[in-house]
Amino acid sequence: MGHDMVINATSLSRSGLSDWMIQRLSAVILAAYTVFILATLATNPEMDYDSWRDFFGKNSVRLFSVISLLALCGHAWVGMWTVGTDYLTGRQLGAKGAFIRRVYQSFCVLLIAVYLLWGIQIFWGS
Amino acid sequence: MAVTAKIKIVNVTVSKQVKDTRPVNLDLTTVRFPLPAITSILHRISGVALFFGIGVMLYFLQLSLESKAGFERVLELMATAPVKIILWLILSGLLYHLIAGVKHLLMDWGMGESREGALRGAQVTLFLTAIAVILAWVMIW
Repeated sequence: MGHDMVINATSLSRSGLSDWMIQRLSAVILAAYTVFILATLATNPEMDYDSWRDFFGKNSVRLFSVISLLALCGHAWVGMWTVGTDYLTGRQLGAKGAFIRRVYQSFCVLLIAVYLLWGIQIFWGS
Repeated sequence: MAVTAKIKIVNVTVSKQVKDTRPVNLDLTTVRFPLPAITSILHRISGVALFFGIGVMLYFLQLSLESKAGFERVLELMATAPVKIILWLILSGLLYHLIAGVKHLLMDWGMGESREGALRGAQVTLFLTAIAVILAWVMIW
């Protein structure tokens, strides 16, 4: 078994306990936001552009959206990190395991950064 | 997740106790996966899929908010079968991940941690997801 699993453990907070907490706190926020948006869509099936725009233009919805976006970024990172360190290791992939995992982690960080900036632009830009 | 962790601990213990020449059974096709193990791996798969699905959702949200024409374009796209199916798949993944996540939090809280409880939790997760996914289909179509 490769020792790289332990040495390269660059988790979000560098602490398993905080990662555990981040994953659950963000999950609760994301669950609440998902239910909120789905309930809004279900109760207003015939929304036109103006009411759609007004809805996302409300400061309360903007704030909730951006908080959820931040929760999503933390949640995605802890989740993708966990998956990567479980399956993309020296044990499964041989000598190149650590390198492949680094590439994978960089890709995840990049995509999360894109989502964060893009999302803020959508929710708070207009 | 609890089940996955248990399998790992067993492997580590075994490989420390026995000689290196002894074969270790890691051929996953020969391992019987109980229902909670299947719902656990589906939770992971849906999470990874959602990581990309978020991009699609952000794209549609941006288009729908940027102008009236963009909003009309989204409605137009949502009237086509491929877009309906893509959105339904993303929504299904989201609903599954949400329901399995709530079950996970309840288990963190100490509920359903027994063997029977874990099985019942997995069954309820799949049952509720089935209902939610059908409702999502009705809503989109």
